[in-house]
Amino acid sequence: MRIHLPRTLDEALEIKARDPEAVPLAGGTDLMVLLNFGRLRPPALLEISRLPELRTWRRENGRFFLGAGLTYSRILSSLAEFRPLVQASRSVGSPQIRNRGTVGGNLGTASPAGDALPVLAAYDAEIVLVSAGGRTRRLPWHRFLVGPKQTSLAPDELILGAQWTVTRGPGSFSKVGTRNAMVIAVASLCLVLDEDRRQVRVALGSVGPTVLRAPEAEAFAAGVLGAAGAWDDPRAPVPEAALEEFGERVAAAARPIDDVRGTAAYRRHACRVLGRRALSWALADRRLEH
Amino acid sequence: MLVRLKVNGEWREADVWPGASLLFLLRESLGLVGSKNACEQGECGSCSVWLDGELVCACLVHAAQAHEREVRTVEALAQGPRLHPVQEAFLEAGAVQCGFCTPGLIVAVVDLLERDPTPGEPTIREALAGNLCRCTGYAKIIDAVKLAAQKMAAP
Repeated sequence: MRIHLPRTLDEALEIKARDPEAVPLAGGTDLMVLLNFGRLRPPALLEISRLPELRTWRRENGRFFLGAGLTYSRILSSLAEFRPLVQASRSVGSPQIRNRGTVGGNLGTASPAGDALPVLAAYDAEIVLVSAGGRTRRLPWHRFLVGPKQTSLAPDELILGAQWTVTRGPGSFSKVGTRNAMVIAVASLCLVLDEDRRQVRVALGSVGPTVLRAPEAEAFAAGVLGAAGAWDDPRAPVPEAALEEFGERVAAAARPIDDVRGTAAYRRHACRVLGRRALSWALADRRLEH
Repeated sequence: MLVRLKVNGEWREADVWPGASLLFLLRESLGLVGSKNACEQGECGSCSVWLDGELVCACLVHAAQAHEREVRTVEALAQGPRLHPVQEAFLEAGAVQCGFCTPGLIVAVVDLLERDPTPGEPTIREALAGNLCRCTGYAKIIDAVKLAAQKMAAP
């Protein structure tokens, strides 16, 4: 097994171009489990957890860039403005895991249960990929996450980070699991309200081959808020029946399976409950702000 | 694969298999067996150590990721025969039974108290969520953390 320890991103990309079989090793919280149990014996590893270029974030013209190497702990301590992302980060593993695990790792692993992924989907994030010579390629999240543990990352590319348009409005991440920590989601949901575009965006985790959005539920919710006059007046009441209907439509968007963590029926029910609650929380948050 | 790292203040070298974890290096190459090898998947916290000051599961850190970096293990906590206040508190509170999870818990508790000297119970529970203990039922461990906080606050 060849081990590469590049000091800069440029060096890492040159190595990746020369040795495309090298598997990127970020925090190691997924990859080391495979190595420890002999389930993976890659010909080469590329250590990227120390690359300063991946451990950054910045704001540019209303867009936000989150470096692939940012750990969940760092997000918790530094990026309070993105509440759904912070809530998702706090639900990852344990303190030990959050100190190592990265959003880039979540993207690379592309598990349907990756906690950061519904948040990136609800933010409508683009995934920024980079190859030797600093060439970058941007893909919408759904063109990057193409299946369970499958991405459209090319062999000579690394994940540089995720980028999204910063919006105004409340949002939340919620997750159903069998305990409070160290848990792989049975179902998870991120809901974001975009006040300026008058959009409600909902993404689901662990209930399909990859992260899913619920476009019908989104359009329905935006329409309900419009009909109730709630986009203009956050105190305008939204009928309880509409929240229920929203939950139904969120559940209808799920494509869950039965597995060791839960049945498809339970997961669909969880989506219904998470959806209704997330929308009611967002409406309550808007009222509080006014 | 030759790895050079600073462990508990001292530079050490180890020649390990290129797929080895930091935990393997610490235990098998350096003879530091305080960090326990249990689940090898980051579930139990028994191998908790600090890597450049951050609490991590040594089983999930590739040995090469510790190259030229600083690791602190449970072995660094006692000063000769004098136990760390967290270690004393675990003994006094009866938070030790079979003892297998204890080194990882001690490290996690020291990490918590270094960041937050007066944690409330929810904070304690959240901080220790990555450490499993199959004997104590956790109640005495929570007691030990509170006792340790008192000991460390005392002048």
